[in-house]
Amino acid sequence: MTSTIEAPRSPYTRSAKKRGLNWEKWGWIYMRVSGVVLIVLIFGHLFVNLMVGEGVSALNFAFVAGKLASPFWQTWDVLMLWLALIHGGNGMRTLVNDYATSRISRGILKGAILLSVVALIVLGTLVVYTFDACPAGSPADLLPALCSTL
Amino acid sequence: MPQTAGTLDSQQKTTSRRPAGTLYRGNTGMWSWVLHRITGVAIFFFLLVHILDTALVRLSPEAYNAVISQYQTPIMGLGEVALVGAIVFHAFNGLRIILIDFWNAKYQRVLFYVVIGLWVVTMLGFVPRHLINVFSH
Repeated sequence: MTSTIEAPRSPYTRSAKKRGLNWEKWGWIYMRVSGVVLIVLIFGHLFVNLMVGEGVSALNFAFVAGKLASPFWQTWDVLMLWLALIHGGNGMRTLVNDYATSRISRGILKGAILLSVVALIVLGTLVVYTFDACPAGSPADLLPALCSTL
Repeated sequence: MPQTAGTLDSQQKTTSRRPAGTLYRGNTGMWSWVLHRITGVAIFFFLLVHILDTALVRLSPEAYNAVISQYQTPIMGLGEVALVGAIVFHAFNGLRIILIDFWNAKYQRVLFYVVIGLWVVTMLGFVPRHLINVFSH
């Protein structure tokens, strides 16, 4: 079998057909911009959920429902969901491109990444915006304080 | 291919010198890159699980409480230390990558030690408080 190896350090040329929107460049920019925003969102998320009060031992439905009842935390969590999943999915795509050697395994792995990212973005967004903080018929001691004032 | 002592010597010489024109081969440049990939993969898989468990709030308070109580056990508490450690490293090293790309690559080694320093300080702030929350309840 013969194969041609390009001269090392030959400049990267883009064919005329591929000119137009440079997806790899925008992906590269996306990783940096979303990364900076995610630092604020995730550090805030970790601080409020793990550092304030009794931290992880205070987490339960009442705590989460109390947060998700406010538009502020809804926006926070949905932004975090979209930015983090696309950031993580694009990072995993980079690893697959680097380490998966055959075309078929790359296709399967990147398909699986795309599928899980899309499915979880849809699921998470639906959960946040169709969520009921005070579901009927649930014991009152499991619900956030705002339910008793309704 | 047999190697004479002479060629091995020159080989060692070239690899012991700092390779020109690369940030990512050898030493801090390479190890920060390796750690960035490992922590990134770990965070990605946690994210998948974490969205699924949080989605249980839509199902019932009982279902969510049953699963979230698993996060409050001592073993998972230690797992959360590892998770936060991975996130904090990935965050600070991500900022280091942005500074290398947009500011000046010649400070990458210094910036790696800044990342490690900030990581230690952040973890000193987080770990004791978190472990008290985990083990005193």
